[in-house]
Amino acid sequence: MEYINIFIKASFVENMVLSFFLGMCSFLAISKKVKTAVGLGAAVVFVLTMTVPINWLISNYLLSENGIFHTDLTFLKLIIYIAVIAAMVQLVEMVVERFSPALYSALGIFLPLITVNCSILGGALFMDSREYELGEAAVFGFGSGFGFFLAIVAIAAIREKLRYSNIPAPLRGLGIAFIITGLMGLAFMSFIGIKL
Amino acid sequence: MSETQVAQKSTTLFGKKERRLLTDPFNDNNPITVQVLGICSALAVTVAVKNALVMSVAVILVTGFSNLIISLLRNTIPNRVRMIVQLVVIASLVSIVEMVLHAFQYDVYKQMSVYIGLIITNCILMGRLEAFAMANKPWQSLLDGIGNGVGYGAILIAVAFFRELFGKGSVFGFRVLPDWYVPNGLMLIPAAAIFLIGIIIWIQRSRNTKLVDIS
Repeated sequence: MEYINIFIKASFVENMVLSFFLGMCSFLAISKKVKTAVGLGAAVVFVLTMTVPINWLISNYLLSENGIFHTDLTFLKLIIYIAVIAAMVQLVEMVVERFSPALYSALGIFLPLITVNCSILGGALFMDSREYELGEAAVFGFGSGFGFFLAIVAIAAIREKLRYSNIPAPLRGLGIAFIITGLMGLAFMSFIGIKL
Repeated sequence: MSETQVAQKSTTLFGKKERRLLTDPFNDNNPITVQVLGICSALAVTVAVKNALVMSVAVILVTGFSNLIISLLRNTIPNRVRMIVQLVVIASLVSIVEMVLHAFQYDVYKQMSVYIGLIITNCILMGRLEAFAMANKPWQSLLDGIGNGVGYGAILIAVAFFRELFGKGSVFGFRVLPDWYVPNGLMLIPAAAIFLIGIIIWIQRSRNTKLVDIS
């Protein structure tokens, strides 16, 4: 039950994109078509689900005072986390290229760009500051990835429809995308307080 | 004899081109409203002007120095591992900033905790390194980094100013609006920051029509 709670919280109540504004860059840049948005969303779900537990293991067994080095190495945290993320993304890229060339060519440049998607590093840092257990961290990673997926697919669908509406010229494109994101954020606030 | 004359050209420190590097990011090439970089980590810190100011200073320092360092190293970095090298440089600089804040501004550090670390994935850094520092000389890269950091900070502080003014009726923690003003809680929730940026983009693009998105 605890796990379901964390999942709901990570994907709806504390949605990475809509309530913390993490991963905004790719969220706005790659949400012009639903198809690419689905691809990017799936890749983010995968990377987050992998990196959060791995970073949990590293921070608890390598960097903490009770780890194998018996010294407090937390000042290396940021560098190690980003290195793990970069390595994971590289690995995902190679695996996808090897086993599913079709998906690989569909994702294209978005795969390496996940490295600098703030929601991935944000996931690791939140996992740290909220002091989750390993199982909780894994569920949290998957939940926040799922939240990102939902948000980016939703805004891509809205932006596809928006192409046919009559928006003032200076607001077209980026401006209206920001305002829609804000409205979606307000809508997601209605999940506050939901518990299972 | 003839060798000495070659190096004398174009060594002005603040020529026209250098000045443009500093001023362009304010309007025509603003990192947030035009390049759409670095929105991620920033907006959560704009609830109060003080946090926004600290964040901007941190970002200016990191953009300036990471641009400088990468530009110095640009001829020695192998192309295939350049992302990792850039990330390591950025991560080291951000770690330094984090430790300095931890030591001297502890209350601000507590409020911003996660977001300081997230400067690493601030797309402005990677974007400027890839687009500018990898191809230009150290001095120009330093200026470009500072210019982009300042352009970013300007938007951040503008957003924070309005959010704090209308959300709490205060600026820098001092109450400035009269007592009859009831603070508007809407401005304190994250969505307000997004609306404000949308409005800033609207204003900027209606004044500067060449930025308008035609598609």
